[in-house]
Amino acid sequence: MSKELIRLSDCVMRFDEDVILDHINLYINDKEFLTLLGPSGCGKTTMLRIIGGFQKPTSGDVFFDGARINDVPPHKRKVNTVFQKYALFTHMNIFENVAFGLRIAKTPEDELRRRVEEALTLVNLAGYGKRSVNSLSGGQQQRVAIARAIVNRPQVLLLDEPLGALDLKLRKDMQIELKRIQQQVGITFIYVTHDQEEALTMSDTIVVMNQGKIQQIGTPEDIYNEPKNAFVADFIGESNIIDGVMHEDYVVGMYGRRFQCLDKGFAPGEPVDVVIRPEDIDIVPEAQGQLTGTVTEVTFKGVHYDTIVDFRGFKWLIQTTDYSEVGSRIGVKIDPDGFHIMKKSPYSGMFGDYSSYSAEYDELNEGPDEGEDEDAE
Amino acid sequence: MRNRSLAIPYVVWMAVFVIAPLLLIVVYAFTAKDGGVTLSNFSNMGQYFPAFRHSFVLAVTATVICILIGYPLAYFLSKEGVLVRKVAMMLIMLPMWMNFLLRTYAWMSLLDDNGLINQFLSGIGFFRLINTLFGTDLTCFHMINTQGAIVLGMVYNFLPFMIMPIFSVIDKIDPKVIEAAQDLGANSAMVFRKVIFPLSLPGVLSGVTMVFIPSVSTFALSRLLGGGKTLLLGDLIEMQFLGNAYNPHLGSAIALVMMVIVLVCMAVMNRFGEGEEGVAVL
Repeated sequence: MSKELIRLSDCVMRFDEDVILDHINLYINDKEFLTLLGPSGCGKTTMLRIIGGFQKPTSGDVFFDGARINDVPPHKRKVNTVFQKYALFTHMNIFENVAFGLRIAKTPEDELRRRVEEALTLVNLAGYGKRSVNSLSGGQQQRVAIARAIVNRPQVLLLDEPLGALDLKLRKDMQIELKRIQQQVGITFIYVTHDQEEALTMSDTIVVMNQGKIQQIGTPEDIYNEPKNAFVADFIGESNIIDGVMHEDYVVGMYGRRFQCLDKGFAPGEPVDVVIRPEDIDIVPEAQGQLTGTVTEVTFKGVHYDTIVDFRGFKWLIQTTDYSEVGSRIGVKIDPDGFHIMKKSPYSGMFGDYSSYSAEYDELNEGPDEGEDEDAE
Repeated sequence: MRNRSLAIPYVVWMAVFVIAPLLLIVVYAFTAKDGGVTLSNFSNMGQYFPAFRHSFVLAVTATVICILIGYPLAYFLSKEGVLVRKVAMMLIMLPMWMNFLLRTYAWMSLLDDNGLINQFLSGIGFFRLINTLFGTDLTCFHMINTQGAIVLGMVYNFLPFMIMPIFSVIDKIDPKVIEAAQDLGANSAMVFRKVIFPLSLPGVLSGVTMVFIPSVSTFALSRLLGGGKTLLLGDLIEMQFLGNAYNPHLGSAIALVMMVIVLVCMAVMNRFGEGEEGVAVL
């Protein structure tokens, strides 16, 4: 649909012995909202800094609109960045902050005024120009940072966990707003986050990364519905990942039983990872279940109950609106489209068991950790 | 709140050693030798105008030189690695551990007409060379007992007080802010002019305060390095308390006037520092 704008070609980033980026190949289309998603230290921030010009890859090339830009310094790139902690100029008022780039470009005063006002209006801060940076809330400061970048009409806007410091409610509002701004100005956004929900909400394309490698590239639906390996399945949403065997096309075996599924193209008898999303499982009376297990834990989550069920020592997470007693025997029913079959990967067996359920959930609910990717720099 | 009692020793300390002496000076300044209230101590202030002028001119000169040396030093130091910083900080602080008078005496023997510097220069035949080239009759550089020597003494003694606050402010500037400026199109010179310098002004201001105030009230320096030829405020005040001219009432009055002038200067400067609009235009 649109042309390629940025290409990372075989990019490697190494600090001493640590490999931060491991032979990354990626192209980014014009006008797309692309998210680099991954846990702390996966290299996503480093990738953004390479595109921004703040770091040079150890080897490999960066192309912008077809031209190699490895050696172009940040101030000469047609790229602007929104930093994680805003990095506003505290010695200037809001207007001057936003006008900074235009003043450097020696924009005529009347055009400068008009464009700054436009940018402030775009981020819903019209009339805030005379205020000082410190008088604004975190969310407002972040808007100023966005306006300050966008006013220069860059071809690409880089956003480094821009919502990380905001509280949950504000974060959700800003997600929608960011998407609106991106569509309104019609430029490429490259967005870095470790928050999978943020990525799913806003992106056209998600790049899932771990340990310096790209794990999967795809639309939010692809990534969620068709994860490529256990890491992606676990990182995006909640997943039960079970060892299975592909008996034949459309038939998968686990727990010694055969299940109908929609996947094909595996060798007969090939060991696979079976992903079952917690919301795709129905709890039924024991007698009607395809599998039976014991409920070990129930947590009320508002919309649904998180029910942990023990199936022969392997614990599943089931999200359902039906309440089950702890200790009761239940059956489960899974429709064929509830199964997703993945080839075995180095991540097989590392994720998808909810035996340590509560600990894992707490971790996910923690706020963004402060030292995000600090080690990578 | 329950720990308020812990503050009592400090409050007492401040009252006894800060407030009380200040009040005493005010009382002395407004009384005569016979104990009656008077303004006569102030009415004769005009005759000491040269001392005021000298003190302020020399102190301002020393402060400006301290900025010119201290700022670049602090700036480049903040870009160095941990080791270089530590060593440099050590070297900057080291002279301060030596006694003030001792340091000043050292400068005397360096700057003297027959001092180390002149001896060295004549030893390597520098003066002979100059004399043959220009047909002059130079035997030494006259450095001691000049105003320049006083300023040198001030700069040497107070420079660390300029470097330290500037360094700590520049060091604390978030590197992301600098990256943001680069990102928005600023080259290194612009980053410095539009971001680093304005953000470091508070450090410069406190450096100026910490250099200017001791400079303007310094004594000893003018006697030791200036040969007593230039009467400075510090010496003038000292004379009123210890010298032949013994008159603590006049001494207090001069001290009070100096304090007021310094306070006004500082207030104006801080005002300037707060006016961020003005700074932004820089």
